[in-house]
Amino acid sequence: MRTRRTFAKWLVVLGALHGIVVCAGFFAPYDPVEQDRKSPYLPPMRLHLMDAHGHLHARPFAYSLRLREASFDQYEEDTTELHPVKFFLSGARYRMLGFLPCRTHFFGAENTRICLLGTDAYGRDQFSRFLFGGQVSLLAGLLGAGLTLFLGLCLGAVAGYYGGWRDSVLMRFAELFLALPWLYLLFALRAFLPLAVGPLEAFFLIIAVIGAVGWARPARLVRGVVLSAKERDFVRAARGFGASNGYLLRRHILPETSSVLLTQAAILIPQYVLAEMTLSFLGLGVPEPVPSWGNLLSSLQQYSVLVSYWWMYLPALIMVPFFLGYLGLASSLQERGEAYKMEKSSLGSLI
Amino acid sequence: MRYLLRRIGHAFFLLAGVSLLAFLFTALAPGTYLDEMRLNPQIAPETVAALRAQYGLDKPLPVRYASWLNSVIHGEMGFSFAYNSPVVPLLLARARNTLLLTITATLLAWAIALPLGVWSAERLGQLPDRLLSWGTAALLVIPDLALALGLLLFAVKSGWFPSGGMASLGFETLSPLQKLRDLAWHMVLPVTALVLSSLPLLVRHVRAAVADVLNAPFLLAAVGHGIQRRTLLYRYALPAAANPLISLFGFSIGVLLSGSLLVEVVMSWPGLGPLLLEAILARDLYVVVGGILFSTLFLVGGNLLADLLLYWADPRIHTESSAR
Repeated sequence: MRTRRTFAKWLVVLGALHGIVVCAGFFAPYDPVEQDRKSPYLPPMRLHLMDAHGHLHARPFAYSLRLREASFDQYEEDTTELHPVKFFLSGARYRMLGFLPCRTHFFGAENTRICLLGTDAYGRDQFSRFLFGGQVSLLAGLLGAGLTLFLGLCLGAVAGYYGGWRDSVLMRFAELFLALPWLYLLFALRAFLPLAVGPLEAFFLIIAVIGAVGWARPARLVRGVVLSAKERDFVRAARGFGASNGYLLRRHILPETSSVLLTQAAILIPQYVLAEMTLSFLGLGVPEPVPSWGNLLSSLQQYSVLVSYWWMYLPALIMVPFFLGYLGLASSLQERGEAYKMEKSSLGSLI
Repeated sequence: MRYLLRRIGHAFFLLAGVSLLAFLFTALAPGTYLDEMRLNPQIAPETVAALRAQYGLDKPLPVRYASWLNSVIHGEMGFSFAYNSPVVPLLLARARNTLLLTITATLLAWAIALPLGVWSAERLGQLPDRLLSWGTAALLVIPDLALALGLLLFAVKSGWFPSGGMASLGFETLSPLQKLRDLAWHMVLPVTALVLSSLPLLVRHVRAAVADVLNAPFLLAAVGHGIQRRTLLYRYALPAAANPLISLFGFSIGVLLSGSLLVEVVMSWPGLGPLLLEAILARDLYVVVGGILFSTLFLVGGNLLADLLLYWADPRIHTESSAR
C-alpha cells in the first residue's frame, strides 16, 4: 500500500515538472531564440522585496542591470527604478502545446527583461532556453525510450516465444550490444550518420540512434518473462482451445511483461535524456539555435566562459529535480515489483 | 580450465562481431574524409581519385574488410586520414591515458564502495544507513555531465586544481618524481568525477549483497560462536556475497569507460574520448572503428578479469566445469 502511495507521489511530481516544460511558452517569459546583443552574459537577476532605501514592497521586483563604469562585462544593479514582477502579462508570441497561438506569459516585467538565470553570449534568456530545451531533451528521452522498449518487446517476445534458432541469433546479437560501453556505441552509431543536418532531422536522428542502442537489456528481460509466461497453465489451456500464436502473444503473454516494461521505462527515460544531453553537449546532437539541455551547457567548454560566467552552469542544477523524479519513480516501481513477487510466491506456498 | 578457455573464446567472438558490425556501419556512412578534399578547388579530382584508390575506398565492402583484417594482423588497424599514420600507434598513446584514468578510478571506487557498503549493510535501516542511502541517491540524480562540469568550475574558481589537460607547462624539464606528482595532480579532478559518478551504484549493490548474506544461517551460527565482528564481516560475509559483486565489477568497467569518454572531453584529458570525437567530426572512420574496438577490448578484458576472479572466489564453478 505504502509503495503505491509513493508511486503516486512521484508520478504527481514528475507530472508537474513535465507540465511546466510542456507549457514552456507560457512559463518562459521570452522567446528562446530572441537575441539581445546589447546585454550578453547578463548575470542572474535577483528578485527583491526590499528596495535600496530599505522600504518593503508587497510585490517582488527586480532592478535592471547596467554595465559598470569602465568595464565591458561587469554588470551592476540600476537602483533608480523598480521593475515590479507582473503576472499573466502579454509578451512574445508562442504556440501553446504546439498549435494554440497565444501571447500570455506567466510572469515578466514592463520596460525590462527579467532573466532569472542570466543570458548567454547572444543575450538570450537562459531560463526560457532551459524550459524550451527541456521540451527537446525530455521528448528525445521519451521517444527514444519508447523506441527501445518497442524494439525490446518485439525482439524479446520473438526470442522467448518462438525459441530455437531465432532465440540464439537474437541473444547472441544482444550480447554484442551489451558488450560495448554504451556511450562508445552511441558515438559509433552517430559517427556513421550525417553530421550537418537541420534541427528537426538531427532530433529524429538522435532519437533513432539512442533508441537503437539500448534494446538488448529490455529484450532480455522480456524474453525471460515470456519464457515463463508461455508455460503457464492458462496459456496452455488457451492453446489447447486452438488459440493462434498471435492471439496468445497479444492476449495472454505480452500483458505479463507490462510491469517489467514500466520499470524499464522509468530507468531508461532519464538515461536517454542524459544521452541526448551528452550528444548535444559535444556538438553531435541538436544544433543551435534550437535549445536543448545539452547545448545549453556546451558554452562551458570554453575556458573563458567557465572562468567569468559561472551562471551558465545553473541549468545543470535545475534539471536535477527531473532526474530525482524518475529515480523515485523507478525505485518505487521496483519495490512494487518485488512486493508483488513476494505476494505471489507466498500465495504459491500457501496453495 | 575449460571454463576459462570458453570465456576467452567468447571474448574473441565478441571482438570479431563488433568489428564486423562496425564495418557494416561504415559502409552505411555518408561521406568519407576525402569528401572535404573534393570540395577544395586546389586539389585536382584526379588526386582525390588516386587517394581513394590508394586507401582502397573504391573497393567493395568485403574486400575492404579483408584488407583491414590484414592490417590488424600487421598491427595497424587501418589508416588515419587526418593524422596520416596507421591507427594503432595513434590509439595506443591515447588508450594508455584512458586506462590510467579508468583503472585508477575503478580501484578507488571499489576501495571506497566495499567498506562503505559493508558498513551500511551492518546498520541496515538505522540512521547512518539511511543517510548514506540519501547520499548515494543524491549522487545518482546528478547527471555525469553536470558533475564533471561542476568539478571543473570548482577547480577554476578555487584555483586549487589544474583546469584540464594532463601535464603542466614545462613538464619535460621536471625530475621523475616531480613528473609523477604533476600527473597525480592533474588526475585528481577526472578521477574524482569518475569515482563519484560510479560510486552510488557500487555502494548500493555491495550493501544489498552483504545485507542478503547477513541473514544467512551460517552467519548467525558464526555470531553464536563469538567470532569477532570485523572478522565476521570481512572474512565470512563478504566472500559469500562476492559472486554478484564480481559480475558487477566487470560491468562497472564498462560504466567507467563510458563515463571517462565524457570526462576526458570535458576536462581535456588526452585519452580516447577526444580522439574519437575528433575522428567522428572529421569522418576519419578507421580511427572510429579502432577506438570502438579498443574500448570493447578493455571491456572484454575487464570481464575476463571478473571471470578469473569468479573462478578463484567461487568453488562451485570448478565443480561445474569438471562435471561437464
